[in-house]
Amino acid sequence: MELFHNHGTRSMRTRRILGVAALTASIALVATGCAGGGSDSGSTSGSGGGGDQTITFIPKQLNNPYTDVVLGGGEEGAKAAGFASSQVVGPLDASASSQVSFINAETQAGTNVIVIAANDPDAVCSSLEEARTGGAKIVAFDSDTNPDCRDVFISQVVAKDVALIQTKLISEQIGGSGEIAILSATANATNQNEWIKFMEEDLKANYPDIKLVATVYGDDDDTKSFQEAQGLLQAHPNLKGIISPTTVGIAATARYLSTSDYKGKVALTGLGLPNEMRPFVKDDTVKAFALWDPAQLGYVAAFAGKALADGTITGEVGDKFDAGDLGEKEVTDGGIVIVGPPTTFTKDNIDDYDF
Amino acid sequence: MSETVTAPPPTGTISALAPKKRSRAARLLLGRDAIMIYALLVFVLYACISIPRFASPVTVGFLLLDVIPVLLIAMPMTLVIITGEIDLSVASIAGLTSALMGVLWQAGLDMPLVLAISVAAGVVAGAFNGFLIAVVGLPSLAVTIGTLALFRGLALVVIGDNAVANFPPDLTAFFTSKIGGTGIPTVMIGVLIVMVFFGVLLHFTPFGRGLYALGYSKEAARFVGIKVARSKFWLYVATGSVSALAGVYWTLRYSSARSDNASGLELAVIAAVLLGGVSIFGGKGSIPGVIAGVLLIGTINYALRLGRVSDVVLIIVTGTLLILSVVTPSIFASVRRWQHDRQVRNSLPQVTTSGSTRAEHPAH
Repeated sequence: MELFHNHGTRSMRTRRILGVAALTASIALVATGCAGGGSDSGSTSGSGGGGDQTITFIPKQLNNPYTDVVLGGGEEGAKAAGFASSQVVGPLDASASSQVSFINAETQAGTNVIVIAANDPDAVCSSLEEARTGGAKIVAFDSDTNPDCRDVFISQVVAKDVALIQTKLISEQIGGSGEIAILSATANATNQNEWIKFMEEDLKANYPDIKLVATVYGDDDDTKSFQEAQGLLQAHPNLKGIISPTTVGIAATARYLSTSDYKGKVALTGLGLPNEMRPFVKDDTVKAFALWDPAQLGYVAAFAGKALADGTITGEVGDKFDAGDLGEKEVTDGGIVIVGPPTTFTKDNIDDYDF
Repeated sequence: MSETVTAPPPTGTISALAPKKRSRAARLLLGRDAIMIYALLVFVLYACISIPRFASPVTVGFLLLDVIPVLLIAMPMTLVIITGEIDLSVASIAGLTSALMGVLWQAGLDMPLVLAISVAAGVVAGAFNGFLIAVVGLPSLAVTIGTLALFRGLALVVIGDNAVANFPPDLTAFFTSKIGGTGIPTVMIGVLIVMVFFGVLLHFTPFGRGLYALGYSKEAARFVGIKVARSKFWLYVATGSVSALAGVYWTLRYSSARSDNASGLELAVIAAVLLGGVSIFGGKGSIPGVIAGVLLIGTINYALRLGRVSDVVLIIVTGTLLILSVVTPSIFASVRRWQHDRQVRNSLPQVTTSGSTRAEHPAH
């Protein structure tokens, strides 16, 4: 019996001692470790400001085919412009606030140029302000932030041109009259809503016989967009055309149409990636759609960032900077830099493009 | 704890066989909470050493600003899960609050009134959950899956696809301001009050003790005089109210009121609560453990982001961690049971000559 007692108390005592030891050790280690780390970080951030400039791209979300092309151009541009390192970080979901912690991390990392496609023009503002206070230059691309929180905005095309080419394409395809619907990305996306606004105005002014019966949101999610397309056709039996000004939406809708009875009867146009849309153009589900070369967007954004970081431009109207292979670009009203006009893709020219 | 219960100690012999007769101090230092705190400390240490720029007051500020919504909602959620229930509608309540704030502010109401109405909406939303679960007696999982969609839908009805961003700059600046040079956000004071409130409520009041009893067995809890329905009702009012506070924080921190604010937050909260050692089956868990769990997930996320590790890796890490945290204790428990059984078996030949002790052992 005595044996058991001894055994019990001994294990209890060793455990207690172990526990105290573990706690003291961990506290001591954290205290010393952090102190050491602190002095380290002081010295690196001090030297970082000198020669090597860094650039970080923050897209709306990762793993989006369109974004990947834009970022590919961005990385190429960053290399050509002479940045020491370029990074891509970003959230997995395109929600309003998800980008903020990435901006904060970049602020802390002392990045010189942050290139961002904002999920919400205002939600990212205060953290971008903080980054600017820390000395970073902010370039918005693809989807603008509140103009107060960035230095320049790189827009591929004038928003109105993007809208007008889509209304023109749908009108051509449905013969100028009938019901159409819009399948957009998220309900709050800055660029989407601007295009939709221009499309509504243009339809009212120039295409009185075309009636916009619904605007639905696929949240740039393939499955959701597919279901929304399905829902549109069920809810509106007289629907003659769909405009999807987003690459995810148009691909999902095309996939639905190509396997349904509506193939060839309901027209589809919008903004799509040639590589994703090629099979649907070849099988006549889609006659024509539009887009710009997204890689150029990232490319120009990188050069704009370089010019800002070097101090050669400040983002004032009329500032000009060299954008490598794409020649000289100028900052226009509202701090916007326009890259080029949209291209229309059809069966005849789609094989000339690879992105 | 459960092992000691299975071995009633009438004599010294039997109680010595019980594997875990630890002193109070040992229990505190080796318990589930303590392990979470060690894990947090070890990770902070690791991040300080290996991730450049992690060790600075800036980290404290950004990190806490990021985890505050989860930290807030995790407090009442801990209590709810300890009673063996769940509330999945918390993020939607926060979204609804945010949407309401936007619309009311745009309509020109005064800020204090806007805040009061928005928080009141959260209380009502929580009471609605509480009514269906505690009074009508529906299962909480089903009810809150329903209200998860319902409240998010209401948020969309309230504000549509608009976003309201023109909140007073003084107020939004206050929500991101820090206390002096410490890097600690000013709003942490409020969060601390919420943490202390729920900590005291759970660990130092009869109501809190009753919640553990409720988690183990509702019938038993009722027989010992715990007001089951009333306790549950007030817990859902609490999750609703605190979610509304988180919604207010979210709106003003990002100065953007939208219907999709805080979406998906409920899973982050529940993951952190479970990681913090709360049993999903109810009856087990503590506030300090949950705080450590929330901070651990937050720190890992922040450190990996600072180290520019892709978010794809990040969610894999968080998921794995959660599974480990659930699996590890049960592995430990079965190892301990196995050791205990062996100990009992080894001791048998010495004492079973009389046969009297053998009769007591089947209880193990």
